[in-house]
Amino acid sequence: MTDIAVRSGPPSGAGLQLNTGRLTAARYRAPGDRAFKTVVVALSSAVILLAIAMAVVIYLEAAPTFRAFGYLSFLSETTWDPVAAVHGALPFILGTLLTSFSALALAVIPALGVAIFSSEYAAPPLAALINYTVDLLAAIPSVVIGLWGIFNFAPQMRDAVYMPIYLWALEEAEWMLPIIGAPSTYNFVTATLILALMIVPYTVALSRDAIGQVPREQREAAWALGATRWEVLRKAVLPYARTGIIAGILLSLARALGETMAVAMLIGNRNRLPFTLFGPAATMPSVIINEFREAVEPLHYSSIMAVGFYLFFVTIGINLLASWVQQKLSLSKGAV
Amino acid sequence: MSTLERSTEQKQAEWYANPAGGRSEQPAGPPEPLENAAAQVPVRMSAEGLTVRYGVSTFGIRDVTMALYDRKVTALIGPSGCGKSTFLRALNRMHDLGRDIEVTGDAFLDGESIYAPGVDPVVVRRRVGMVFQKPTPFPTKSIYENVCAGLRLVGMRKRSLLDEAVEKALTSAALWDEVKDRLRSPGGSLSGGQQQRLCIARALAVEPEVLLMDEPTSSLDPNATMRIEQLITQLKRQVTIVIVTHNMQQARRVSDYTAFFYLGEMVEQADTHELFTAPKESRTQEYLHGTFS
Ligand SMILES: Nc1ncnc2c1ncn2[C@@H]1O[C@H](COP(=O)(O)OP(=O)(O)OP(=O)(O)O)[C@@H](O)[C@H]1O
Ligand SMILES: [Mg+2]
Repeated sequence: MTDIAVRSGPPSGAGLQLNTGRLTAARYRAPGDRAFKTVVVALSSAVILLAIAMAVVIYLEAAPTFRAFGYLSFLSETTWDPVAAVHGALPFILGTLLTSFSALALAVIPALGVAIFSSEYAAPPLAALINYTVDLLAAIPSVVIGLWGIFNFAPQMRDAVYMPIYLWALEEAEWMLPIIGAPSTYNFVTATLILALMIVPYTVALSRDAIGQVPREQREAAWALGATRWEVLRKAVLPYARTGIIAGILLSLARALGETMAVAMLIGNRNRLPFTLFGPAATMPSVIINEFREAVEPLHYSSIMAVGFYLFFVTIGINLLASWVQQKLSLSKGAV
Repeated sequence: MSTLERSTEQKQAEWYANPAGGRSEQPAGPPEPLENAAAQVPVRMSAEGLTVRYGVSTFGIRDVTMALYDRKVTALIGPSGCGKSTFLRALNRMHDLGRDIEVTGDAFLDGESIYAPGVDPVVVRRRVGMVFQKPTPFPTKSIYENVCAGLRLVGMRKRSLLDEAVEKALTSAALWDEVKDRLRSPGGSLSGGQQQRLCIARALAVEPEVLLMDEPTSSLDPNATMRIEQLITQLKRQVTIVIVTHNMQQARRVSDYTAFFYLGEMVEQADTHELFTAPKESRTQEYLHGTFS
């Protein structure tokens, strides 16, 4: 190291050799750099290896199922019946995608509204109160929300909403019956609504941060052109924050996809298609959590692993989509 | 916001009668009445006792009274932190947006108070445009849309008019030749100096009556700086311009009047040539001779 430092130093000259600066650099900084680099490389490869190892283990455990049904037929089979040894993942994949995307669709607009209101319109004390409440909501454990859903929300929704709609449809709109189905207390809509409620705080917090990161100069540039408050928001703030907002939405989606407890508690757990709005359904996490303890049959066990394997890939897929979208929409690219 | 002791009409009348400043009766009070030419040149904007406070105790500017003459260039000079930007931002009510900023005194546009109750700051800002020290293009919008941004705000939709306005504004800002083939690429993809000219074009596109420029050439190369200076000289046929600059040569080249700010006060405003050759105030002399920073 010392050699290199001396050689790469400026051409010789009596005064320059007295400069101890580069000696100090060689003595202290280089070993620090090396140690830091080693630690960082080791840690990051450990993380990557861990992820790969997990995927491999899950795959190996799931292999009997893939051998028995084939990758694609396991995906497209609409029935999951451990007793009859028929295992299909389609109900859970559909259940996961439908609940997650519907919850996201329900959550995004109100969440954005709250984020915009608290960061752009509300007076500071009110904004602080809103932000505090939202953070508090995000901190409620999902099993607690599930409990509230079981004992309060679900029964009330059944009596006040599902039953009246069902009865009305019986009389007036029979064509709707196959879509809405006979109401049960724990069902697709209940789980989706609770899921939406659970991701709202995330979407709010993440888009609030994105909006907060818009530089003051951007707003001022719009103000100086004679923009009104709404125009500043629409022309300067939201376009600048869009990458962050979309990343926040996708992170919320990832959370919805992986959310287990509250959904498992409220969705009613029906393991075969078709699902109806007011009838029970299931998701990938919910079937895993509900059945892993009873899975004594090897094929049942490996099928649960196979569902986990696909969940793994759905989540990775969403994350890849997130980074792709982020890149597509990053500030210097994709002008309109 | 404003503390109005006298009615607006009264002030208006006084300003028209004595555009150089209502306080000339005070022996040391700014501004000096501008002799000769100034007496005939109408006042476009003026400040009277304008004071901006950040929080309780920090003064951005204190009791500034001065006039900006119609279709003339007024340069604001003074050491860093003396309140030039603060004064500029008070002229289009940008301080409304900050928290804990208190503006007292008054400013007038065509004799009308811009701080009077009922005045819409949005309308003020449409008539008094601004170019910032740091380039601030909208990074997600194309070059074209950046220039149009202000026009779209006032509801201009017609393609041909927009095209025309964009070309005109970009040409005025000495940027057209460099970007005419890539109007669709993002504003954030330009170099710093190009971005600044884009911002000038954006401000010009809405044809403001007064243009406030806060060190507009501090990020430009000498050639672009020269073009902006030429542009300022051309623009003053239509627009009243206020330019903050740390470059004394620039102030001498482009401005008709110069005001020297020091420690939040407007020390002296005079015809540019006069101020640079025969400043009346000793603080101005010291600043111009570089005896303090
Ligand atoms: N947002 C703010 N909050 C608190 N104080 C401020 C704020 N902006 C400016 N000031 C203070 O007000 C005074 C005037 O600042 P201003 O930015 O107007 O100076 P300036 O003359 O434009 O300086 P420069 O030549 O460096 O741009 C300074 O003392 C500064 O510290
Ligand atoms: Mg400044």
